[in-house]
Amino acid sequence: MAGEERNLKVRIDHVEKIYDGRQGKMVALNGVDLDIYENEFICVVGPSGCGKSTLLNIIAGLLEPTSGAVYVDGKKVEGTGTERGVVFQQYALFPWLTVLKNVMFGLKLKGMPDDQAKEIAMKYIKMVDLEGFVDAYPKELSGGMKQRVAIARAYAVQPEVLLMDEPFGALDAQTRTQLQAELTKTWQEEKKTCFFITHDVEEAIILATKVIVMSARPGRIKTIIDIDLPYPRTQDLKMQKEFLDLKAQIWGEVYQEYLEVRK
Amino acid sequence: MDNKKKSKLQIPPWGWLIISFLVAMLLWFFLSVNEKTARSFPFLPAIIEALGTVISRGILAEDFLSSMISVLSGFALGFVTAVPVAFLMAWYLPVRNILEPWIQFIRNIPPLAYVPLVVIAVGVGRKPQIIVIWLATFLIMTVTIYQGVRNVDETLLKAARVLGAKDKDLFVKVVFPATTPFILTAVRLGVSVALTTLIAAESTGASAGMGMRIRSFSNSFEVAPMLLYIILIGIIGITSEKIIKTLERKLTGWQEKREI
Repeated sequence: MAGEERNLKVRIDHVEKIYDGRQGKMVALNGVDLDIYENEFICVVGPSGCGKSTLLNIIAGLLEPTSGAVYVDGKKVEGTGTERGVVFQQYALFPWLTVLKNVMFGLKLKGMPDDQAKEIAMKYIKMVDLEGFVDAYPKELSGGMKQRVAIARAYAVQPEVLLMDEPFGALDAQTRTQLQAELTKTWQEEKKTCFFITHDVEEAIILATKVIVMSARPGRIKTIIDIDLPYPRTQDLKMQKEFLDLKAQIWGEVYQEYLEVRK
Repeated sequence: MDNKKKSKLQIPPWGWLIISFLVAMLLWFFLSVNEKTARSFPFLPAIIEALGTVISRGILAEDFLSSMISVLSGFALGFVTAVPVAFLMAWYLPVRNILEPWIQFIRNIPPLAYVPLVVIAVGVGRKPQIIVIWLATFLIMTVTIYQGVRNVDETLLKAARVLGAKDKDLFVKVVFPATTPFILTAVRLGVSVALTTLIAAESTGASAGMGMRIRSFSNSFEVAPMLLYIILIGIIGITSEKIIKTLERKLTGWQEKREI
């Protein structure tokens, strides 16, 4: 994205998170600094326990940092806000609501009248190709479809920043690949800033403009790698040298951390 | 050929119901002619005759009404107290820590055991009946609803919050609907407990009621009307359960399959 006008969207300013556990204090995040620019697609990779979910929850306002702060558009994050949408790994659809009502949930909370909320919801349900399932309940949907609904629901309230916590982690390889392609397309159309957590290095390279490798215990940012591959990034790309080089480089960084954790 | 054989063996559910009914009738008939059990199990004609008598004497309507008033008021009191207590227990640790052991303790005492105590405290009549049913239904429903509130998925609350839900919205739009299946299960269990407890509650000094009448028939060795009343209580029980189950299916059909 070099050479373009860059607006700072999210500033993570020396965020520290310490948990008081039974075995004493546990430093989950040790002074994380990161600037995220508008329309960037950030993928965070790192071994489990490196605090990547903690970081996402702090940006979302679901957790408070022990020290430091997060700013979105220059405004300090205090609690949740609809300018920051979240997609969870466990889908988190309301099982008593139909697909349509799930996607309308956030819009109704804004006090939007029914027909207007429905119109917007339908737009995003179409975007994720589920117009045939508007009246279905979550239990009638496959995992991939559920996550599509969750993505539509997050987009419907039109957040500035979309936070995704291993959203495709529970899906099979085919569905995963398909949703990655869909997500890239949506991201290009909707121009949102994305912050995406994954443990899958290939997934990170396919999606991201920038891959962040986190180190564990205490969690901090280890390396930032720009991915300058052109979109759309197809499956063929996975066979090409530039992709494989990136994969080797990132995987090496992550693996080193993985060994650290095992010690 | 194979197909034909298979379809021959296929009996629809209502068919099984008829078979089951006939088997029971046969067993009943056997009990009514067997020398040792004949006195306790008079057969259908005697029961129908007894039905005619209790209707014409007006006692069936009176007993049914009286029992229903006790059951419904006791159950209603149990429900309106169980819901807030269950929520308070789920949300406030001190409330839970103080109440839970006692709720579990009293729940394990058969109501029949403490009926006399209640009668001594408040006297005979409808009052002790309602109190005992209230207590029994309150306990079972509190435990069930409490489990439901505690079971609300944390991720759903998070999801609602990031979509802009405030505390009030969380309760109305997430906690309440998520708890509905448990509340309906609590209602079903509560009604069942209310009926069971009723008989115990009425057995000491009631002026009318299904349970009281069984006792009085027993004192005068009127076996046929006694058996009739027992069957009627069974019919009341299964009917109410069927009604609530239908309600459950209608209101909580969105659930992934789960049976309690």
